[in-house]
Amino acid sequence: MEVSFGITGKGYVLVAADTTAAHSVIKVKNDVDKIIELNPHLLMAYSGEPGDTVQFAEYVERNIRLYQIRNSLPLRPPSAASWVRKTLAQSLRSRSPYSVNLLLGGYDTSDYTPHLYWLDYLGTLVEVPFAAHGYGSYFALSLLDRYHDPEASLEEGIETLKRCIAEISKRLVVSPERFKVKVVDKDGVREIEL
Amino acid sequence: MSIMQYNGGSVIAMVGKDCVAIASDLRLGVQSLSIATNFQKIFPVTDRLYLGLPGLASDVATLHERFRLLTNMYTIKEEREIEPETFAQLVSSTLYEKRFGPYFIEPVVAGMQKTPSGGYKPFIAATDLIGCLNFAKDFVVAGTASEKLFGVAEGLWEPDLEAEDLFETISQTLLNAVDRDAFSGWGAVVHVITKDKVVTRKLKGRMD
Repeated sequence: MEVSFGITGKGYVLVAADTTAAHSVIKVKNDVDKIIELNPHLLMAYSGEPGDTVQFAEYVERNIRLYQIRNSLPLRPPSAASWVRKTLAQSLRSRSPYSVNLLLGGYDTSDYTPHLYWLDYLGTLVEVPFAAHGYGSYFALSLLDRYHDPEASLEEGIETLKRCIAEISKRLVVSPERFKVKVVDKDGVREIEL
Repeated sequence: MSIMQYNGGSVIAMVGKDCVAIASDLRLGVQSLSIATNFQKIFPVTDRLYLGLPGLASDVATLHERFRLLTNMYTIKEEREIEPETFAQLVSSTLYEKRFGPYFIEPVVAGMQKTPSGGYKPFIAATDLIGCLNFAKDFVVAGTASEKLFGVAEGLWEPDLEAEDLFETISQTLLNAVDRDAFSGWGAVVHVITKDKVVTRKLKGRMD
């Protein structure tokens, strides 16, 4: 049961994802990194069909890199989100669609704003103040409706994130034991130990 | 449940006296779970032509991009902007092109059409997901709350409403219809189009 969520705050985006690799009822691994760094100010949490997820994430990573090499400029978060959406929407109507759900978090270095995008395997794209995928969304979204503050400092944001994780650990029957948390802000992407 | 109801959302357009109005809700959900409350379904095509795209959210974005390309190409080729009636036909043929694997969208077109005498007349139209056009003289509805919208609009709409009255009528129609629909709501946006300006207003409605 995969869980991932993201929240925006004052000048940053926090993204968290569980770290378990499941194979039917077996936990095969519990230190998987499901948040890929697409460029210094862009990260993407992925979940869905095993195999598709990593394949698609690396495909996106390489195309974002290619754009940066060709144009000597990185793609800004809205453009990157549009490109990923287009790719998923085209894949949906192909012979073998990618079953991948994504959260895209980025910091726009040209106008100093954080962006968080919610994408699903159908190619649905929407910019949101906070988002979640998987069974965790049923708990995290209602919690964030109450506690999310777009003007919160990073410390306050991490506190809110901890509340979400605590709620999932408490209420979800098959709750993941560990989460990887990454933040993107003006200084770029870095991992946070909770 | 049908793919047409998967993300939820509704659009309505109405004709007034020398004006038209088009309005939609702002919800995006996954079945009964609301994901976002800021999802635009209505897009400007020209200064006096708007397009509403309720249906599968992925196709909302895909078709918005597609129609932007097609109208830009039209503008370059014809050296003028597309007229509402022509655009409605473009919408229809674009959807019918995908007859056996359709886009899951029921578009609504609203705009002011140029007349040969140099004036403007209100124009609205809607199509189903494979492009069957419905030119209505009064109002058109689409989306998950379409049955409710039909009912309320039938009761509230009257001919020759002035822009301000048309705004009130379309707003009350939409708000009261989406309150009875679990898949639409979370605020609304209303555009009132007259020959020389467009007034856009955001409505709060019941946020629960």
